[in-house]
Amino acid sequence: MARVWLFGDNVDTDQILPGRYAPYMTSEADLGKYPFIEARPEFAAQVEPGDVIVAGGNFGCGSSREYAPRALKVVGVAAIIAPSFARIFFRNALNLGLPLFQVDLTCVLRDGQQVTLDLASSALATETGPIRLPAPPEWLRRVWEEGGIVEYYRRHGKLPLGDEG
Amino acid sequence: MTWGQGLTLSEQILSHAAGREVRAGELIIVEVDRCMTHDSLAPEVIDVLRGQLHADRLCDPDRVAVIIDHVAPASSVATANAQVLVRRWAAEQGITHFFDAGSGVCHQVMIEQALVQPGQIVLGIDSHSTAYGAVCAFGTGVGSRDMALALASGRTWLRVPETLRVLVHGSFRPWVSAKDLSLYLCGKLGLDGATYQAVEFQGVEWLGLDGRITLCSMSTELGAKAGLILPSGEVLEKFDSPDWLAHHEGASYARTVHVNLEALPSQVAVPPEVDHVRPAAELHDVQVDQVFIGTCTNGRLSDLRAAARILAGEKVARGVRMLVIPASHRILVEAIADGTMTALLEAGATLGTPGCGPCIGRHMGVLGAGEVCLSTANRNFRGRMGSPESLVYLASPEVAAATALTGTITDPASL
Repeated sequence: MARVWLFGDNVDTDQILPGRYAPYMTSEADLGKYPFIEARPEFAAQVEPGDVIVAGGNFGCGSSREYAPRALKVVGVAAIIAPSFARIFFRNALNLGLPLFQVDLTCVLRDGQQVTLDLASSALATETGPIRLPAPPEWLRRVWEEGGIVEYYRRHGKLPLGDEG
Repeated sequence: MTWGQGLTLSEQILSHAAGREVRAGELIIVEVDRCMTHDSLAPEVIDVLRGQLHADRLCDPDRVAVIIDHVAPASSVATANAQVLVRRWAAEQGITHFFDAGSGVCHQVMIEQALVQPGQIVLGIDSHSTAYGAVCAFGTGVGSRDMALALASGRTWLRVPETLRVLVHGSFRPWVSAKDLSLYLCGKLGLDGATYQAVEFQGVEWLGLDGRITLCSMSTELGAKAGLILPSGEVLEKFDSPDWLAHHEGASYARTVHVNLEALPSQVAVPPEVDHVRPAAELHDVQVDQVFIGTCTNGRLSDLRAAARILAGEKVARGVRMLVIPASHRILVEAIADGTMTALLEAGATLGTPGCGPCIGRHMGVLGAGEVCLSTANRNFRGRMGSPESLVYLASPEVAAATALTGTITDPASL
């Protein structure tokens, strides 16, 4: 079982990881201490590998800082579920192999609720029954499954390109 | 050329790069004409290049620009060490377009040095890389892994964006400028008003390069992938635009938004969101501790001159700190030469090193708990400029100068 962390709309990258706590300003080794350090100070201490973030629209807006989604991956966030994502955050998460599902579950799930995420079948098991998540395009899933864009590029010697990729 | 009519500016640039006609929604792989990296994220890019891609040599060092601007000069041993790493890497790779601390904000330097050209595709490791649309380059922000792959392979993948057209009517009222239009659009369309889309501005043929940079840069605050303006006037005097770049009859826009500038007063974004926008005149009871004029959004010569016109011969209000950081070294030199800087300094301004300054809350004007700043920058998220208990209001240089004069948020038209 994993915990749901519920957030609102427009979660910006300054909330996810303030620029003052970037690895550039602190150290790479400390990255996992800082996600949501000011917006939600209990998050970094309590998040467990496999937990799921469920948020409102435009998640990850703002800066191009890849260390924001990377910090979420470092602490073990298994997926982020939101009705929409900011475009650079979307690319960064894809590139890091951090799964995103585009659907609004903020009215369906509670903060702290226990769920089980099955990535392979894009399903979320909850106490009131399963929720089917919108399956990502096949090429995008391959990038996640291979661990991110760099791993994909190393293995295939090319960038992914649509379903014929 | 083999493609026809009815294309948006983005579709034209991406068709040119793809070598065939492409339309919104298509996924393409293209050569990147220029890559921009800065001190804040270059260490991560270098780490991916060396540690994961084992790319000892870049695809083409001449296509790369490296600029030290986010913490410039270094504020700590950690940032100094990171900059040592970046300098050595740039030298080792033979990157000649290297601009050290004090050169200015990356986007300003890229445009001033003509490292971006109309019709090009430019990736920047910074969300405000949409600024390059001011010269009609398809500029877009990416993260570290996308940048590392582009540096190693010379290529990237893109989804051809739909286009939101902003059709501008009339011209600015006195003391109203491009930033007010940008903030108005943020308020009207919201932070995700143009997510995954390009924003194309039309009806601004008369607008100079500085204002165009502000509009295109701020497009990212709408969630846009690019902001584009067809070259005309001052831009055509400074840049050669390819003959295939034009407004096409019948181009397909996802949405068209009309703005009548004659009815647009000075705007302010109220913390903690860029789309919480109100007329400056409605915020006159907000007292400020600091006024910051600078950044890639509004640190250009025309911005400093606009502020100096309001502040010349006057004094900044008691209890207000006014910080001026020109967007580039060149702008600083020009502002000194024409007397603009003297007017601002005599009014009580403090001058900082050209670069990002306190925009990201890292140095040179970070805010403490309870402090209020009116800034000409682009973001006012909680904690953006320092303490999470501080507040950042965003506005034009004209509003910033008027506010510095009175100590409360002031519509310059009311002075």
